[in-house]
Amino acid sequence: MTPTYYLLLSALLFSIGAVGVLVRRNAIVVFMCVELMLNAVNLSLVTFARINGSLDGQVMAFFVMVVAAAEVVVGLAIIMSIFRTRRSASVDDSNLLKY
Amino acid sequence: MSLPAVDVLSQFLAQQPEPVQRVVDTVTTGEAIAFWVLGPLALAGALGMLFARNAVHSALWLVVTMLSLGVLYMIQQAPFLGFVQIIVYTGAIMMLFLFVLMMVGRDSSDSVVEVIRGQRLAAALLGIGFAVLMVGSVGRALTSVQSKGLAEANTTNGGNVGNIGTKLFTDYLFAFELTSALLITAALGAMILAFVGRDGKPARKTQKELVEERFQEGKRVGSIPGPGVFATANSVATPALLPDGSVSEESLFEVIEATDSSTLSDDLAEVAGTGHQPDSHALKGSES
Repeated sequence: MTPTYYLLLSALLFSIGAVGVLVRRNAIVVFMCVELMLNAVNLSLVTFARINGSLDGQVMAFFVMVVAAAEVVVGLAIIMSIFRTRRSASVDDSNLLKY
Repeated sequence: MSLPAVDVLSQFLAQQPEPVQRVVDTVTTGEAIAFWVLGPLALAGALGMLFARNAVHSALWLVVTMLSLGVLYMIQQAPFLGFVQIIVYTGAIMMLFLFVLMMVGRDSSDSVVEVIRGQRLAAALLGIGFAVLMVGSVGRALTSVQSKGLAEANTTNGGNVGNIGTKLFTDYLFAFELTSALLITAALGAMILAFVGRDGKPARKTQKELVEERFQEGKRVGSIPGPGVFATANSVATPALLPDGSVSEESLFEVIEATDSSTLSDDLAEVAGTGHQPDSHALKGSES
């Protein structure tokens, strides 16, 4: 076994997250799938840091975590304010700009 | 006088982690076992999140994935990130998700109706294709990669945390400063987005407005006098007396006023002091 296996796991997790973003209709679950994709990228960054023998990858993963935290806060606030006006957390119901 | 425990502790604190002169990084058997346990667990968590109908179940499956990833970071020589993953992601972010789910989307389970026809099939094909492409290319391209390992970076100069801190405050200082701006913006944005104005409800009246309203209605301003406030009795049947000795009509209890006066004659006599008086021997029983 080589560290490449972690990259394969990361790729699988990323694809599952991407499929979830496309398939799920609940806005919060879509958001969780985005988090899963970010986590998958973090895993590959940590693996690259190990392969390269320098800590830069870990620092980048750290920054990704910070940005993800900020993103979650703002995104959940947006979802809540949409829910307050339209009484729904489904991404299908936000279709006022459709026609 | 020195305690042996203090000696041991100070020796432990004084010793530096020894630099390891190993350049080539190998995957130990323990790490392989951990990977083959945690990797499928992480995948199962991700698939569970994808297929769970209930949004809360999805969140809990994602917690499984994130915990496994945290442990994977630790065995990948990133102990700091592993703990940050567990504390920040599973501790803070996922709990925030659960919090919002409980407030907003718990009962709104996913609709089964496809708004765009064939979207799910297309998404599944796209995902599988993407996974095959990524796994195939990465697996083929990186077969002969020799991992250098972080043994040196994790043992010299303060270890993993110390070296990450050094990098943060030297090479990545500008990005780190930008992070602070990002966090402040995110906090402000969340406050503004989640703020509920007082548009719907009328504002609460102040105490001054309440007083003025009461005087303008022209009703009684003070409180109604209570019955039986004088020394002889505290019965509700006893009316309050005004300063001139007359009965205050407002203190009369309407139920008692409506009853026949003969049924209350005993009470009236007691109040007037002409009727039954308390007997100090009454408690002794028949001997009195």
